[in-house]
Amino acid sequence: MGGVTSFCSRLEGVREGEEALTSAVRAKAAPRTGVDWFLLLMRVVLFSVIIFGFFAFVWQQFDSNNPLARQINPDATGLKSDQVKGLFVTGLSQGAMYGLIALGYSMVYGVLGFINFAHGEVFMLGAFSGFITSTKLDQAGYWEGNAFIPSVLIAVLVALVVSTSAAVIMERVAYRPLRGSPRLIPLITSIGVSFFIQNTVIVLFDPGSKSYPRPPDWMTDQYSILSFDIEGTKIAVLIVAALSMAGLWWFVERTKTGKAMRAVAEDREIASLMGIDVNKTIVTTFAVGGAMAGIAGILWGLLFRSVTATTGFLPGIKAFTAAVVGGVGNLGGAMAGGVSLGSAEALAPLVLLEPLGINGASQLRDAVAFTLLILVLLVKPTGLFGEKLSADDRA
Amino acid sequence: MSDLISNDMTEDGSNELVDRGAFDLDWNRVGRMGALAALAMWFVSLSGMPVDLDSRAIIDPDLSLGYLALVVIPVIFGWLVGNEVVLEGMAATKRGPRDVVAGAAVGLLSGLATAILLVLINNFDIRDPLVNWSPDLLSLLTFGRSNAFGIFVWLLLSAVLGVAGASLRLLAPRIRRAIIVVLVSVLSMSIFQAVIDDLFGAIDPLIDLLYAKTGGLTRQGAIVIAVVSGGLSLTGRGRIKAARDDYAAKTGPERTRQTAIMLAITTVLLIVLPFFTGKIINELLANVGIFLLLALGLNIVVGLAGILDLGYVAFFAVGGYTTAVLTAARPGESWPDWLPHTPWIVALLITIVIAAMVGLFIGAPVIRMRGDYLAIVTLGFGEIIRILFLSDWLNGFFGGAQGIINIPAAEFGFIGEVSGVSPRSVFYLVLVFAAIAIYASWRLERSRLGRAWMAIREDESVAEAMGINTVNAKLMAFVVGAVLASFAGAIFSAKVGSIFPSSFLILISIIILVVVIVGGMGNILGVIVGAVVLIGILGGPRQPGLLTEFSEYKLLIYGALLIWMMLQRPEGLVPNVRRSRELHQEEFLQDAWLKGEVDHDDGTPGDGVDPDGGTEVAPA
Repeated sequence: MGGVTSFCSRLEGVREGEEALTSAVRAKAAPRTGVDWFLLLMRVVLFSVIIFGFFAFVWQQFDSNNPLARQINPDATGLKSDQVKGLFVTGLSQGAMYGLIALGYSMVYGVLGFINFAHGEVFMLGAFSGFITSTKLDQAGYWEGNAFIPSVLIAVLVALVVSTSAAVIMERVAYRPLRGSPRLIPLITSIGVSFFIQNTVIVLFDPGSKSYPRPPDWMTDQYSILSFDIEGTKIAVLIVAALSMAGLWWFVERTKTGKAMRAVAEDREIASLMGIDVNKTIVTTFAVGGAMAGIAGILWGLLFRSVTATTGFLPGIKAFTAAVVGGVGNLGGAMAGGVSLGSAEALAPLVLLEPLGINGASQLRDAVAFTLLILVLLVKPTGLFGEKLSADDRA
Repeated sequence: MSDLISNDMTEDGSNELVDRGAFDLDWNRVGRMGALAALAMWFVSLSGMPVDLDSRAIIDPDLSLGYLALVVIPVIFGWLVGNEVVLEGMAATKRGPRDVVAGAAVGLLSGLATAILLVLINNFDIRDPLVNWSPDLLSLLTFGRSNAFGIFVWLLLSAVLGVAGASLRLLAPRIRRAIIVVLVSVLSMSIFQAVIDDLFGAIDPLIDLLYAKTGGLTRQGAIVIAVVSGGLSLTGRGRIKAARDDYAAKTGPERTRQTAIMLAITTVLLIVLPFFTGKIINELLANVGIFLLLALGLNIVVGLAGILDLGYVAFFAVGGYTTAVLTAARPGESWPDWLPHTPWIVALLITIVIAAMVGLFIGAPVIRMRGDYLAIVTLGFGEIIRILFLSDWLNGFFGGAQGIINIPAAEFGFIGEVSGVSPRSVFYLVLVFAAIAIYASWRLERSRLGRAWMAIREDESVAEAMGINTVNAKLMAFVVGAVLASFAGAIFSAKVGSIFPSSFLILISIIILVVVIVGGMGNILGVIVGAVVLIGILGGPRQPGLLTEFSEYKLLIYGALLIWMMLQRPEGLVPNVRRSRELHQEEFLQDAWLKGEVDHDDGTPGDGVDPDGGTEVAPA
């Protein structure tokens, strides 16, 4: 049981040797309790749903009149390959955005060891400021033709500035005074921050849903790449996400500031002894995470063209899920987690659940995402690619 | 209000005071505070609060809630600018004209911001994104007269208010306390107008003296209340404290007797109260009660066991839906025919069992997770349950978005029935269950299980090493919390008569969390205070409170309150002693270190120190 052993070593402030010893002893000595059996059952059920659903799906693809499909869903038709491809592309582009947001969660968790619940709102602020900029530009006639690309760049710039400053202010006002307090306290504070920002946007800009102006036709046309039919905006989303990811990778791995960030994530105290300005580094972490969320916000606006004050909530939670799926603190993992979560939630309802006879399965998309979180935490709590956390936070 | 009782070193006289000139100020700090005040002014103005709340009068012709939202800003920042951190061993500065100058400067800056806003609104139109950038706001800021008049008044008024805020620090603590009591009582008498109208409606002269016909206090009324409350505060302060100490000092049967008497009086008052209050107030009381039930349940999970359950609303939803399915005549076409249609009380028993099972089901996978992962995963469970209730898949069982309607009233034989038509009956039902919940929480807190929860909250590994079965104890916390929430759900469905997935948003979990935290985690009295103050005055997610005009802004205020409480007073308004020690462990350690009780980093007592002196200090 991967989950059990890794959580057995929960002792804080005990020397490593002792810790290894106790966890080894406990892992051996602890008898299976009712809870363990229940968790085992839960894993078995979830995996059987996945396997059985996939089996049903494959059979349905070969023969949509097979007895199983008739039995559980009389209207079963099976998916066409175009549909599957379309779902996959949608999931991929949405997942890329989850990945961009997840980077912020992951970096902050790596450095400070707490979930910045308000990170979803940083993303929302990016999307919202992008909306305001783009409508203003559209009213001035710059959201079409040749002016479109420079206009988008302006919108991206505005969103970057807004999101980054929101993240930095948040850190300064709400989180810095709480460093060193029990770990649930900053989490609760961040819930308050999230609530406050959401409602600030509601009272300042009224609660209705806002829609981005229509991008020019060449953005919304379908392009055929490797037999996939992809909408222009989705291509743009994938390219921008890949570029941002590469830029971030370069920043974290190749610059001095990035090195400082990694050092602070490893051990804050030692890093400060080595002459690293911890406060500055933490602010940089928030700023970089905020910038990524701001880019994701603009992409969201271009792709879905609709934004409300509550836009940040679900993508925020899902991005956290993506961070956990990939392994918290692991930047490549965050992106991979985002992409896998995005495609899972796009494909799973129609591929796994529909063939099982569940009607209206696409309504269960969000539920699928949360179930994936639970499944990953049950099976491999350190994420698919492993966590990178400081010794204190691993507790 | 932690700043209002800040331990000013000047007052206990233990430190030497330095006298500095009136303009010898930390101007950077003044500028920063002034900028914050200016931002606050802009934010409040543009949020639309002044315009929307202008209809609610506090003192009839003179002050409305809308203006109050603005004028309170210079006072607060004028007070805050005088808040100096005095380091151990450093000399504090003597209070004097310096503070007044700082207050005036901060006030003036906030007034300047308002004046600039006024000019900007007059000349530019950015109403497109900012909805409240409106002529209404302009006329409110200029008091309906010319712009120059508005600018002049705001500059003057803000400076005066800043000075007022700052000079609160100069006053003797007794006087300051009296002033605050006066302000709070005038404000609360105005807010509680609806309640007082209902209670004393028979005494016409009193009501006519206090309240204006159009709402709000009259001028005479405000003066009367100010004089009475100020006088009481000046003369009665010592007595209240003495009575409290007296009660605290008592032990054994005498204390039990006094507690019993107080409880009896409260119970009688609560039973009699709804006969005097009208339908609206009774409805409000019933809502407060339902949220109190939820908050008491969450208090066990968060406050006692230290498990941050963000999906708590799931149990509320399960309670509501189970009761609805069991009592409604036609809950959904997919249910088999043998599904019984039970009376409410039988349904409640089944609901309890099902809620407990759901508690186990959600609790089991999450209890071994890290505290913060647990929070997100429970939130996920909360969403999953709501999505399932909403889905087409289970439409035949739970009605999807249309929910379940026509839920009958809860019948209790000859005693009568409880339904939303008569808020009074709902209130009594809630009262019974709240009493059960309070008693259960109180007993649990002192039981073996309660002590196990607190041990887990403080240090799980140590608790486990002491032989506590942490898995079972945490699961029990989930189950008890779930059962209390299901009570609330069962009452809710009988009260509203219909039930929809949109009644069970994650928002509710967060509001209950705010209630528990503002009141005081782990303290039953605190939770009661939190529920009464927050839900009673501001209102629940959908339910209006006494300040009905606040409906658009209450969530904003809940968010701000949550942040502010966490930063300033994480132990809540009515703190639990042990909990507040945990939260301020760092400060306790520092104090102890300064006093020489601890001289090792790991918190062990130093040489030559009475070991008992270090007992308050937990190891880092």
